[in-house]
Amino acid sequence: MITILAQAGGSFFRHRSNKPSCVEDNGICPSWAIHHLDRYWPRLWEHVQLVLISTVIGFAIAFALALLAHRRRWLVPPITNVTGILYTIPSVAAFFLLLPITGRGTLTAVIALASYTLLIFFRNIIDGLDGVPAEAVDAGRGMGFTDRQLLWRVELPLAIPTILAGLRIALTTTVGLAALAFFAGAGGLGEALNSQKEFQTNVIVAGGMCVVLAAVLDASVLLGQRLLTPWSKARSPA
Amino acid sequence: MTPVASVGGQFHAALDFIFHERTGPGGAQVGGSQLWSLIATHLELTFAAVGIAIAVALPLGLWLGHTRRGSFVAVTVANIGRAVPSIGLVFLFFAILGAGFSNITLALVLLAIPPILTNTYTGMREVDREVVDAARGMGMRGTRIISQVELPLALPLIFGGIRISTVNVIATATLGPFGGVVTLGDPIINPSSYGDAGRLGAAIVVAAFAVVAEVALSAVQRAVTPRGLKVGGRNARRQARFIPKRRAQPAP
Repeated sequence: MITILAQAGGSFFRHRSNKPSCVEDNGICPSWAIHHLDRYWPRLWEHVQLVLISTVIGFAIAFALALLAHRRRWLVPPITNVTGILYTIPSVAAFFLLLPITGRGTLTAVIALASYTLLIFFRNIIDGLDGVPAEAVDAGRGMGFTDRQLLWRVELPLAIPTILAGLRIALTTTVGLAALAFFAGAGGLGEALNSQKEFQTNVIVAGGMCVVLAAVLDASVLLGQRLLTPWSKARSPA
Repeated sequence: MTPVASVGGQFHAALDFIFHERTGPGGAQVGGSQLWSLIATHLELTFAAVGIAIAVALPLGLWLGHTRRGSFVAVTVANIGRAVPSIGLVFLFFAILGAGFSNITLALVLLAIPPILTNTYTGMREVDREVVDAARGMGMRGTRIISQVELPLALPLIFGGIRISTVNVIATATLGPFGGVVTLGDPIINPSSYGDAGRLGAAIVVAAFAVVAEVALSAVQRAVTPRGLKVGGRNARRQARFIPKRRAQPAP
């Protein structure tokens, strides 16, 4: 009888002093999250690096491919198909397919994530260049622009909104996929998720950071678009 | 970089794992025909999740697109859907609801809904208003306009959404073992009982499934495209303009 009372009292007081009991009950504990936030910053920083490095490399490769295919149209279908297959291969599988070749680490993760962005960038750059009004190109030619000048001064500036729409999709997608990079031994927020996957607060904090990071990157591209193309109002990609 | 011979050896061992059963490092029989049960669970999970997602997202997308409202909902769902990491969703459902087939299915359903919903909505939205007006002028009403005019014209985009979701779910079902569902991800997540060859072998099988699903569903997508929208048809010019619209498809 006394032990039952003591147990009841114990559990009652555990519930009253809510900090330890919340974690024990595997609840959603804001105070725990605030006190342990510092353990997430290094993972978030790794995540940001993974996303930015992969996106920059992916963009550079896709940009070169798109410029090549812009003049040689027959290249568009084969490049779309190859990048399409890279896009289709699940990233977890891609990490382990690359593992025997590049080993565990950031390199493997970056290759897989960058190859994933190729299709998005390639398609949007080609679409953007195709969407340039013929009159603008004709006017450029009339001004005596060479092909190169036409590309850099007329076609690419007019394609910026479409290209940046692709950048927004690529960034948000890569933020989500980089959460799997811990499989390749590259850390990131996925590592934090995986380290305590039964603990709701941890999953919500680490997952929430992914969502916030995606939103911040998306908003900064939108802002950059307004600054880069003052002649057009920023349009939503969807 | 590892020497070429060693890389080839590892891939050879992985293929051997796929085709021949053996005793794994954990003592259990793995590989070869033992893979069938993993494949079956993987496909079961995929079909359940995509099926439920279609049942939820398709009617909603058709209705929103037909009435041409709720663009805010469709765009928001697409953007949030892209940003939420798939693994976070799986862990969240595992942390809140616990392990189990139905809990993981639910997580995958949430993952599969955004592409289908947005593509259905966009497909319906982008049906030429004049076509709908013509149908109305012929005396068609609500449901007949949807089923005989708008739906056929929106089918390519709808199947595009189903394709994206299916490939995405096949990829994410790999994380099933985190929630106690033994899919093809088991050799990847628990390499101690399968060995390195098993892990690489499972990665190859998962990649193959995703690519096959993508190719097959692309073929279905082309097959359901109305003749008037196909390349080289009378509306070849419209088809050329149709390609940029693929931007509207949310990338998983």
